[in-house]
Amino acid sequence: MAANPNAAPAPPSDRTNHGMRVVVAWLVLSAVATPLVAVFVGHLIPPGNGSSQGTEQVFDNTLMLTVITPILCLLAVFFVYGLRSFHASSSGAVLDGPPLRGDSQIQILWIVGTSVIVLFLAGFGTFELLQNGAGGGQGPDPIAVPGGQKMQVQVIGQQWQFTYRYPSLGGIESNQLVLPADTDVELHVTSLDVIHSFWAYELGVKADANPGVDNVAYVKTKSPQVFHVRCAELCGLWHGYMYNNGRVVDSAQFHSWASQQEKLYAAIKPFMDKPEADGGAPFGHTYLPAPERRAG
Amino acid sequence: MRVGVKLVLVAAVVVAAGVMIGFYVSNLTTLAGSPAYSLPVQNVNGHPVVNLEIQTVAAVGPQLSRNPDWVSYLVRNTSGQWKRETVWSLPANATVHVTIYNFDGASGLRNPFLARPQGMVGNRIMVDGKPTEAVDPNEASHTFAVPALGIILAIPGVADDAKDQCGYAPCPMSNAHRTIKFTFHTTTPGHFRWQCFVPCAAGWIDGFGGPMQTIGYMDGFLNVKA
Repeated sequence: MAANPNAAPAPPSDRTNHGMRVVVAWLVLSAVATPLVAVFVGHLIPPGNGSSQGTEQVFDNTLMLTVITPILCLLAVFFVYGLRSFHASSSGAVLDGPPLRGDSQIQILWIVGTSVIVLFLAGFGTFELLQNGAGGGQGPDPIAVPGGQKMQVQVIGQQWQFTYRYPSLGGIESNQLVLPADTDVELHVTSLDVIHSFWAYELGVKADANPGVDNVAYVKTKSPQVFHVRCAELCGLWHGYMYNNGRVVDSAQFHSWASQQEKLYAAIKPFMDKPEADGGAPFGHTYLPAPERRAG
Repeated sequence: MRVGVKLVLVAAVVVAAGVMIGFYVSNLTTLAGSPAYSLPVQNVNGHPVVNLEIQTVAAVGPQLSRNPDWVSYLVRNTSGQWKRETVWSLPANATVHVTIYNFDGASGLRNPFLARPQGMVGNRIMVDGKPTEAVDPNEASHTFAVPALGIILAIPGVADDAKDQCGYAPCPMSNAHRTIKFTFHTTTPGHFRWQCFVPCAAGWIDGFGGPMQTIGYMDGFLNVKA
């Protein structure tokens, strides 16, 4: 049979062990980059150390970043090595690269390696979630309930503002979220209209505010600080303006603030304490406000 | 088609889409800056004082809007005319005396707590000449709230059986209405949104569509300038 005159010329024999080169480069880069990332980058990842949950999230993020660093290094090394070693030369004929062949050892190694990483992260994430909820909303029947006494605060979202109700302070409500330092707080997040999301950024708390649902989240405050609260669920015209500042204060300041709010609240208290059928607040004691209570 | 030409075309489409999205997203910011109705400022003992007169109406009417049945706020300009403008310029560190004439009936608040006046001088309002520290949440017709300044107050509605109720705005003072007065102070310059919290948009889902989601009716900005 005559040779095909249009066939590409055969690639020159290449006995270079590209795989070994890539592995060595990857191991060296990973050995340098991984501890650097873990030590110098991890603690810079939000949300910071504003609460116990925030600190745990920083640890979680640091660990995940540390796990992912060798993977990113492998991709980077492979990419750069491929560009340098397998690009077409600027002069001469375009040659085909070395043929790809199946390699059961590499396949097994890849499947086992990725499976171990994924299963480890799944197990680690589940453990962290079950430990104390990781600052996320756990729904009306929370699984990860921290022990000890907790101060309850109801977070009420509506278009477009959050208000905060303190059952342990006679049910006073405020448009400011003020929390005492070093305190376990049980947040009951709900909405009076559409879906919002309560996100106390520096505290590491994020819980959906669904109408008619009591979404419980936990947070343990640390030292006094100012933190940001914003809605994290697109909820209409003023969603972008649905934010304000919250404060963690010491015990004396908290009680001073609470007594000021009680005085301010006294005028509206008779209306709030009425039974719902008589026009009172429907969520004063049950934590379950009726959604879309009134419409025009 | 050459690869280079394809790349340029894709890049052009991506840039064009980005610009269009940018224009859409920046629409609110643009509204916050202009156009704004500059309220006349008086100088009292070297201190800026502003009188803001607004009215709330159940139906804005065909003279003032292409949506005549929408609920709306109106502002009185220097020539005494009622205009449907809800972006207002105010000086910083000024005293603002507000008078609201409400010609609409009650809808009721979803959260009764918002019926407690806050953020104005004395944390109280005058309702038909009487000092008030709490409005019955069920009688609330609208609210005037500037959350970033901590200002919120409920506006009681006109009784259902009141005579001479206003049909379409602008409503003359001979129509049944409630009068609410209060004073607040502006502080530093900035764009502060204001809104109504009562689900008062009749005919819309949950009473919060249409005029409640459109600047120029039940929402606006206070542009506080140095």
